[in-house]
Amino acid sequence: MSVANFTTPTVAHASTSTMGLSEKVSVSDLDFYYGDHRALKSVNMSLYQGRVTAMIGPSGCGKSTLLRVLNRMYDLYPNQRATGHVRLDNEDILSPSQDLNLLRAKVGMVFQKPTPFPMTIYENIAFGIRLYERLPKSELDDRVKHCLQRAALWDEVKDKLNANGLSLSGGQQQRLCIARTVAVRPEVILFDEPCSALDPISTAKIEELIDELKEDYTIAIVTHNMQQAARVSDFTAFMYLGELVEFGETTTIFTTPSDRRTQDYITGRFG
Amino acid sequence: MSDHTMKAFDTDLQDLGRMVAEMGGLAEKQVADSVDALSKRDTALAQRVAIADANIDNLQREIEEKAVNTIARRQPMAVDLREVVGALRLANDLERIGDLAKNIAKRVIALNGEFPPPKLIRGVEHMTDLVLEQLKTVLDAYGRRDISKAMAVWRGDEEIDAVCTSVFRELLTYMMEDPRNITFCIHLMFCAKNIERMGDHATNIAETVHFIIEGRPIADQRPKGDTTTIAALRVGDNR
Repeated sequence: MSVANFTTPTVAHASTSTMGLSEKVSVSDLDFYYGDHRALKSVNMSLYQGRVTAMIGPSGCGKSTLLRVLNRMYDLYPNQRATGHVRLDNEDILSPSQDLNLLRAKVGMVFQKPTPFPMTIYENIAFGIRLYERLPKSELDDRVKHCLQRAALWDEVKDKLNANGLSLSGGQQQRLCIARTVAVRPEVILFDEPCSALDPISTAKIEELIDELKEDYTIAIVTHNMQQAARVSDFTAFMYLGELVEFGETTTIFTTPSDRRTQDYITGRFG
Repeated sequence: MSDHTMKAFDTDLQDLGRMVAEMGGLAEKQVADSVDALSKRDTALAQRVAIADANIDNLQREIEEKAVNTIARRQPMAVDLREVVGALRLANDLERIGDLAKNIAKRVIALNGEFPPPKLIRGVEHMTDLVLEQLKTVLDAYGRRDISKAMAVWRGDEEIDAVCTSVFRELLTYMMEDPRNITFCIHLMFCAKNIERMGDHATNIAETVHFIIEGRPIADQRPKGDTTTIAALRVGDNR
C-alpha cells in the first residue's frame, strides 16, 4: 500500500460559525483500516462542547466507523487500526498509553439496538456506577433515581425498579441504556442510530432527551434518518466513501450545502 | 439536475412548476386583455377579464395545496425545498398581478363610454408593453432556471417607474386644463399605478427565481426609479 495514492479530501466547510465554541473532541488526519481496507480517509473534524453533531451518509460511508474510533470500540476487534489523532480535551486517545476503561467512562455510547443488561432496572444503572465509585446505598439510590430522571424514564419505572430491564418496551429499554450511559458521568455521548428500532413516539422522546442532554454533554449521533439529523443536531457532517465531504451548521447543510454530493444525498438523488 | 430515487417526487415538483407556468401564462393574458379593453373601449372584454380572474385564484389555491402536500409527504430539502417555497411565492405574486389586471378591467367598466383621448392612453400602453416583456422574461427565467435573465428583469424595473412618473405628470396637466378630465384621468392614474405595481411583482418573481437557484437573496442594491406619485405631485411644481 502506497501512501502516495491517497488523496487528501477537500472538505467543504460551509460558512460555519464555531466562534466561541470550545472543541471537546478534535479529529485530525484520521485514517482507519479494516485489515487492508481503508475505511476512513484523512478525516478532520471537531465535536463542540454542548453541541450535537450528526453524521450522515449512505451505508458504508464510514460514519459508524468514525463513531467507533471516538471511544476506541474497534480495539475489541483484531486487524482494525486507526492512524492520526483524536484529541479529547487535548489528550490523544489513540495513544497506546490511553486507559481504555477510563476513556469509555468519559465517552459513553448508545447503540442501535437497546442493550440492557439481563438484570433489574436498578442494577442496570448501579452496575456501571459501582465499577468507578463506591457509594453508600442511599447515595447510590439517589444517583439511580437522578439518572432515570435524566433519561425521562423515572415516572414509568419508579414502582418497578426490581423488574428485569428486558421486560421494558423497546423505547423504554433505549432510555434505560441512556440512563446507564449517563450514570458513569461521561463527557461525550455517542449515539449510533439510537432510534432506528423505535416507534415515532419513543423516537420523539429520545430526541427530546438528546436536546436536554446537550447542555451537559458533547453529543455525536449517527443516523440514517435525515429529518432526525435536521431536527436534533447543531452541526452535520456528511460522509461518503470514507471521506468527510462536508461539515457545517445543520441549517446550512440542509438548506444550502456547498458540495454537490451533499445536495444529492440530502435531497434523495443519490445513486 | 439528476432525478430523485423516488420518481413520484420528481413528478410532484414538475407538476408544481407546470402549474406556476400556467398561472404565469394566464396572468400575462389578463394584463394584456385588460389594457386592450382600455385602448379599444371594449367593456365586454373588460367584463370577461374581471370574470376570468377567478381562474388565476383557483390555480393559486391548487398550487398551495400541492406545495403543502409535497412538504408533508416528501420532506423536501435544500434546492427541492426552495422549489416548493418558491412556487408558493411565485403564485402569490402572480395572483396579485391578476388582481391588478382585474382592477384595470373594473375601471374600464366604470368609465362606461366616457373614454379619455387615445393619446392619453398611449403612455399606459407603453408601460404595459414594458411590463409584459418583463413578465415574459421572468417567467422564462423561471422555466429555464436562468439566473442572468432573472437579474436582467430585476434591474429592468427602473424604466417602468420612469415612464409611470411621466404618465402621472401628463395626466396632471390634463386635469388642470379642464376639471371635466379629472374622472378619467384619475382612473388612468390608477391604471398606470397598477401596471407599475405589476412591474414590482415581476421583480419579486426575479428575486424568487434567484433564491430558488442560489439559495440566498440577491446581494446588490436594486436601482429604483419609483418616485411616481411623489415626483409628479410635488407641491409647488405645478402651481
